[in-house]
Amino acid sequence: MADTDEPEKKRRRVVELTEKMVVDGGSGRTCEWEGRWNHIKKFLERSGPFTHPDFEPSTESLQFMLETCKILVIGAGGLGCELLKDLALSGFHNIHVVDMDTIDMSNLNRQFLFRPNDVGRPKADVAAGFVNSRIPGCCVVPHFKKIQDLDETFYRQFHIIVCGLDSIIARRWMNGMLLSFLVYEDGVLDPGSIIPLIDGGTEGFKGNARVILPGMTACIDCTLELYPPQINFPMCTIASMPRLPEHCVEYVRMLLWPKEKPFGDGVVLDGDDPEHIQWVYQRSLERAAEFNITGVTYRLTQGVVKRIIPAVASTNAVIAAACATEVFKIASSAYIPLNNYMVFNDVDGLYTYTFEAERKENCSACSQVPLDMHFSPSSKLQEMLDYLTESASLQMKSPAITATVEGKNKTLYLQSVASIEQRTRPNLSKTLKELGLTDGQELAVADATTPQTLLFRLRFTS
Amino acid sequence: MAATKASKEQKYDRQLRLWGDHGQESLENAHVCLINATATGTEILKNLVLPGIGAFTIVDGHTVSGEDVGNNFFLSNNSIGKNRAQAATELLQELNSDVSGNFVEESPDKLLDNDPEFFHRFTIVIGVQLPESTCLRLGSVLWSASVPFLVCKSYGLIGYMRLVVQEHTVIESHPDNALEDLRLYKPFAELKNHIDSYDLDSMDKKDHSHTPWIIIVAKHLEKWLSEHNCQAPKNYKEKEAFRQFIREGILKNENDVPEDEENFEEAIKNVNTALNPTKIPSAVDDLFNSEQCNSITSQTPSFWLMLRAVKEFALNEGNGSLPVRGTIPDMIADSQKFINLQNVYREKAMQDAGAVCKHVESLLQSFGKPPESVSEKDIKLFCKNSSFLRVVRCRSLAEEYNVDSVNKDEITSSMDNPDSEMVFYLMLRAVDRFYQQHSRYPGVYNYQVEDDISKLKLCVTSLLQEYSLNVNIKDDYIHEFCRYGAAEPHTVAAFLGGSAAQEAIKIISHQFVPFNNTFIYNAMSQTSATLQL
Repeated sequence: MADTDEPEKKRRRVVELTEKMVVDGGSGRTCEWEGRWNHIKKFLERSGPFTHPDFEPSTESLQFMLETCKILVIGAGGLGCELLKDLALSGFHNIHVVDMDTIDMSNLNRQFLFRPNDVGRPKADVAAGFVNSRIPGCCVVPHFKKIQDLDETFYRQFHIIVCGLDSIIARRWMNGMLLSFLVYEDGVLDPGSIIPLIDGGTEGFKGNARVILPGMTACIDCTLELYPPQINFPMCTIASMPRLPEHCVEYVRMLLWPKEKPFGDGVVLDGDDPEHIQWVYQRSLERAAEFNITGVTYRLTQGVVKRIIPAVASTNAVIAAACATEVFKIASSAYIPLNNYMVFNDVDGLYTYTFEAERKENCSACSQVPLDMHFSPSSKLQEMLDYLTESASLQMKSPAITATVEGKNKTLYLQSVASIEQRTRPNLSKTLKELGLTDGQELAVADATTPQTLLFRLRFTS
Repeated sequence: MAATKASKEQKYDRQLRLWGDHGQESLENAHVCLINATATGTEILKNLVLPGIGAFTIVDGHTVSGEDVGNNFFLSNNSIGKNRAQAATELLQELNSDVSGNFVEESPDKLLDNDPEFFHRFTIVIGVQLPESTCLRLGSVLWSASVPFLVCKSYGLIGYMRLVVQEHTVIESHPDNALEDLRLYKPFAELKNHIDSYDLDSMDKKDHSHTPWIIIVAKHLEKWLSEHNCQAPKNYKEKEAFRQFIREGILKNENDVPEDEENFEEAIKNVNTALNPTKIPSAVDDLFNSEQCNSITSQTPSFWLMLRAVKEFALNEGNGSLPVRGTIPDMIADSQKFINLQNVYREKAMQDAGAVCKHVESLLQSFGKPPESVSEKDIKLFCKNSSFLRVVRCRSLAEEYNVDSVNKDEITSSMDNPDSEMVFYLMLRAVDRFYQQHSRYPGVYNYQVEDDISKLKLCVTSLLQEYSLNVNIKDDYIHEFCRYGAAEPHTVAAFLGGSAAQEAIKIISHQFVPFNNTFIYNAMSQTSATLQL
């Protein structure tokens, strides 16, 4: 080694050691080790040609992400488990997770934070416990609850919310909650009131990841047509002309079970109870034999009863990773976030398609304008109910309609409380005119798909 | 044990619905080799252990560093200093007790020096974060041994996968939007007889409204052909006229108002696709014309044997068509009419499969092999999927890297858009070159970033020169790749982990179609591309 090399090598060695020491110093966290955040720091502490215009390299971003930034993960299932891991290893150590489910054996092929011994335990609790023990310093707080059981004060505390849900209703509810936080001053949206929502979904080998900035980008309801309503078999097919093994199972589930009450009065068919499925399976075989239909198996029976969607670890890994990357980008301003929808499919090779979903001008959730409903005064209330549930852009589940009639607040129809349902049922066959409704008046509609009541304006057609 | 089998059925239920029990069996018989238990490597393996591969072996000579633990779910900080293969095996094994985990505390280069045949035992080898020289050496060994090789790399916000397999056959490709095989254009005898058994004009309303749309289209097509000189409707105008013709067949009530006949609406809707002549798909025709199909020997794998038999069938009993698939979509109809129609197709499919079996037998006989060598079950499955057969052939790494056989066209045409994903492929090649020259990657330490930009640029220039690639790589990308400092952020590793694992499952199970042959993922824009290099 030439002498001239030595001082340079020495200088470099000192710089190397100093860089390594920076990781250990300063913050007082006792669970760090040398090099822990090397992979992340390069994106937080170095400038680059593709960074977000707002990005400033800093050693403080990591501290913010580790100590201050709060992320909410909704769902601790296939996507949720992956998300918790991805976020924890990306520098987010304050995470909350909400899930109302308990662990089932069939989860174990992909929900890797759970083991056979955990079957029956709450997903949120087990997932949080696993991540906290595997990732020193990470604090995942579990909530074994429905998202609707938590209030706005809970949701307001988070910087970013990521959804790994399997229900469109729940997504819309979350979407509505975040929209309700938006503050407009003189018609201008206060960016400080926006909580970004990252949403992921998977089904077999297909998935999608999207970034929603409430009030700015397309929201869940803007693109409701992307989730077409589930098609159920027509009743006449099920009742009198089955052709497929699925029709036979639906017959047993919908018609035979309520008639024969095989496990007792009032005992609802439980897709997770093997005895129940076995009963349905046997009866389905009999039904199929009657019509010379082949193909009824136990697996098919269970699939129909539980509306099972096939699932594998790999798709969930991909979509959760894409979502977590977006969380990182938004929290660190390191890069411009996805704008705003990515679709993935690996049935034939690997295919991704990225596009900007557009806001709908008259979106029932985010357009802030009361939506017009056009009916003739002689239309029955039932028609309005049908419109609310069947329209592709609304797809409500069981809307409750109230209106101000002659100065008083009147419930026109409500399904979810039996006594009120009974009382208001006759209204369904009354005309809008008979119910005292006037042209241009406001109607308030509440539904499971949104935490806030939606306002509609009634417009009479001649 | 019965208990284990039942609990496995439960545990794997959601994936059995995708690849079936036979797919699962192939996974459970597989032995996967992972080289380098970095975050990318362990994420890939996690997505193979969870679905229950038979066994894995991790080959890794590195010791666990603090940096490794920081981005890897399957390394803990008390394994710092230990061998990485061993440390990762423990935590991956723990995921699924059905899987058998092994490790070899050795670098792949050492194994290639001392015992290259070590790699012959594996169903697939997955190499992660491999330097170019190791990758090429390994590629050559695996190519000669016909062991599929999947190369993966996470570099900054870029993910890279390269599949290297000489010939991969797929019987069950499970296409998303397959056209039905209804043979309406030229119905086979049994179908024609069945159609003839219907007389739409003499049916009562109930029967009329519950006649399968296939029959309705067939009946109307017969009339049309007799009135149009045996020319089926071809263009939009003719098909529209044909649709109208069917609409006129809808029953009318006493006020001459058309009844509500959903089956007729279905018939009208399906005119567009139902009248297409039955043709052998060009992809299958290509396979018929390939070398393997026409030079059958006693060593020929069963896929090609069965393909040859189907080709013989098409030339003889099939009258230019593949074996009938045997399935029909659900449609408005009463149970009996539907089942009877379905049975016509099913029986024909069985008949055709039987004829193919005879061809397989005679081929086997000509080599003195017993007819049981290829099972009837396999032949039936083959026939059912004959329209969807796929064969994937990837070029070797040697061909990709050789100056004489490099795919210049693919590279230069992609680079017409200087921001296409191809630029990341070229940058990864340049970075490999940097590693070869400097024994390190660019920009790993902060103080290196600025100086390395010009050094990396030299590597880019020499790469482009060596391959005579007349493309321009923007300085921004060179800067960005120095900025990455060979970081392996977990979310990029996880995305690649899911992608690579599923490709490995496709290779192992021979179901669904693998990519060919290079996949690039850009986490900055959440876009990707598949390149054939």
